[in-house]
Amino acid sequence: MTAPRGRRLLAPADVARCREELNSRHSPSGRRVRVCIGTGCAAKGSRRVYELFAEAAKETGAEVSAVTCVGCHGFCERGPIVVVQPGDIFYQRVEEPDVAEIFRETVLGGRVVERLLYEDPVTAAKARTAGEIPFYRVQQRVVLAQNGVIDPRSIEEYIAAGGYSALVKVLTGMTPEETLREVERSGLRGRGGGGFPTGRKWRSCRDAHGEPKYVICNGDEGDPGAFMDRSIMEGNPHAVLEGMIIGAYAIGSSQGYIYVRNEYPLAVEHLKEAIRQGREWELLGESILGTEFSFDVRINRGGGAFVCGESTALMASLEGRPGEPRAKYVHTVECGLWDRPTNLNNVETWANVPAIINRGSEWFASTGTERSKGTKVFSLVGQVVNTGLVEVPMGITLRRIIEEIGGGVKGGKAFKAVQTGGPSGGCIPAQYLDTPVDFDELTKLGSMMGSGGMIVMDEDTCMVGMARYFLNFLRDESCGKCTPCREGLAQMVFILDRITHGEGQPGDVERLADLGVLLEGAALCALGKSAANPVMSTVRYFRDEYDAHILERRCPAKKCRGLFRYRIVAEACKACGICLKNCPAEAITGQKKVVHVIDQGKCTLCGACLDKCPFDAVVKV
Amino acid sequence: MMTEDNRVDEIARRYDGEIGMLIPMMQDLQAECGYLPLRELRRLAERLGLPLSRLYAVATFYSSFRLAPKGRHEVTLCVGTVCYLKGAAGVSERIRAEFQVEAGGTTPDGLFSFQPVNCVGACALAPVMIVNGKYYGGMTADSAMEILRKLPADAAPVEGEART
Repeated sequence: MTAPRGRRLLAPADVARCREELNSRHSPSGRRVRVCIGTGCAAKGSRRVYELFAEAAKETGAEVSAVTCVGCHGFCERGPIVVVQPGDIFYQRVEEPDVAEIFRETVLGGRVVERLLYEDPVTAAKARTAGEIPFYRVQQRVVLAQNGVIDPRSIEEYIAAGGYSALVKVLTGMTPEETLREVERSGLRGRGGGGFPTGRKWRSCRDAHGEPKYVICNGDEGDPGAFMDRSIMEGNPHAVLEGMIIGAYAIGSSQGYIYVRNEYPLAVEHLKEAIRQGREWELLGESILGTEFSFDVRINRGGGAFVCGESTALMASLEGRPGEPRAKYVHTVECGLWDRPTNLNNVETWANVPAIINRGSEWFASTGTERSKGTKVFSLVGQVVNTGLVEVPMGITLRRIIEEIGGGVKGGKAFKAVQTGGPSGGCIPAQYLDTPVDFDELTKLGSMMGSGGMIVMDEDTCMVGMARYFLNFLRDESCGKCTPCREGLAQMVFILDRITHGEGQPGDVERLADLGVLLEGAALCALGKSAANPVMSTVRYFRDEYDAHILERRCPAKKCRGLFRYRIVAEACKACGICLKNCPAEAITGQKKVVHVIDQGKCTLCGACLDKCPFDAVVKV
Repeated sequence: MMTEDNRVDEIARRYDGEIGMLIPMMQDLQAECGYLPLRELRRLAERLGLPLSRLYAVATFYSSFRLAPKGRHEVTLCVGTVCYLKGAAGVSERIRAEFQVEAGGTTPDGLFSFQPVNCVGACALAPVMIVNGKYYGGMTADSAMEILRKLPADAAPVEGEART
């Protein structure tokens, strides 16, 4: 779509008029090629795929505008993803050479290129549309509804798809109090981890004394293995902005900030563009849509510190200081950024707001469980068949997410645990897979909802090693301000190192538990208070693995170096010499027709022989 | 040619000399110089009326800032949970051993700077390595070596935070 730039929406009614006009301009043939340019697909070369489609369109004289870039579909595993209209034909793993064929067959000829369709790994059935793929079928997309549909860099596409109608609704027909009440009634809880009721937070901030008031969007998505917020910011930045503008209206704020992680360059780019367009179209800045309400947003990039996801640390960072949290005797809604009342919500929370206003709090609250309403986006990753972003109603079981959407554990291995809640979350074992996913149920299991990372682990994962990984991560990311976190985590990592190196001592598990209790009670911020969770939850469910490491000097998953050995199975060895050539320690002996043997004294346990053996004759024992 | 002082003044002006925008200013400075040179930091501190220690505290707190020049190429390795589960630790170990480079450091010959990061949000491609802004998925120690060994030795230093 090519509209004149710099269109100004001077009154609320202009938005609807603009939408009608934009929709009437849709190509009469209904032809449309949507190429995902999210980080996952772009990494696999989708930008080039997009360019090739645009060139192909130009050559044939078809409307070039019918080829658009869209945000993340969530099925990153299968990228680059291309969806062709009419028919919503869903092509996956599209590479440069495929473009000409898709263009000729599908775009011009209306025929389907069978080989690029998704094929069910079990039934071998081909899926023509996204709706036919199990990964999408179980999902219920509210926040991600426009991801993969609209061009995230185009405000026009957002408006044409109904965007900014919620803003018009509150500015023309709702007082700030009514807006606030609507969000309260919806039961929306913070999607960033804490699960605090959003409406209540907004009200506290609005009622707090002091001007100006600030609203902040927390896009410092630091949990490794989680990329929900990244996809929302990249794929639908205007939804985040619209949510923030509505929130600012309800709270009485005129200045907002978006704090984005440094590792998300594309999200920054798309948000910057969205803010620029918003200002140009008079949806941001002085007298929004010609009303008396003014609000502007600034974007700040993080500096690469996990702790900045914590609200007070984030605010310190926005003030140009090291991101060290402070004790929250006084809440940030009363005394936050620059000591002014500040309301901070996560990206996904903000992105839910327009839908709640548009469709009503009752509609929103009709999904989910008694105390957790709406949907939640999870990033389903790890040892699972279908990796990607999934949006599901609260209350769905872990089993349905992992087995139906995720397609189960990769490579036919057995499921061991799922880690939720990021580094300070916990590992949930198989016997609790039928637990409904909501804020309170996950906490009961010793884990938490967190921001929505869901990492599936198979039987080959060492749970002690995993706990060590998370603790090591948190120790590195501890800001060092309070002693329990700074010193306590270092001690815990020290003990875990000892255990995974086969030098664990009886009583180590108890020592870890003691330190965990200390951290929970005495650390300054949520990072420290919950830092022991990975250890506590693995001790709770996988105590036997700790005991095997400590008492038997054995790693049951055969992951911890030194606690297992490599051996060549004589019956399987074809004496090909490959392992022998690849062994950097020259620890393998043998010759043609003579079965190879590893000299355990020389072996450095690098695993090169296991990786290289074409006959799977090398095993861990 | 822009002098160091001019460069710093330009950046400070960009943000109206607002102290709250110290981090964005330092990010811009690093994008232009490739690192945070002491001279420029001094000038910026002076300009903003802050003690140099305040800037140093920020520079050392956030992992994306560096106080030494970077190599001719920029290598980022994701060591987030999923990449870790799928073997990123082994990749990191090989890179450090073969190129004698520490995490956050630069190879002795200045070929590349090596920065392990906690998650780039491309978990579906794990393990992920980013070389000069280009993402490589499904890394093994071998495939990472293959890519790094091919890095041209005579390339000009990567400009700022260039990414594709």
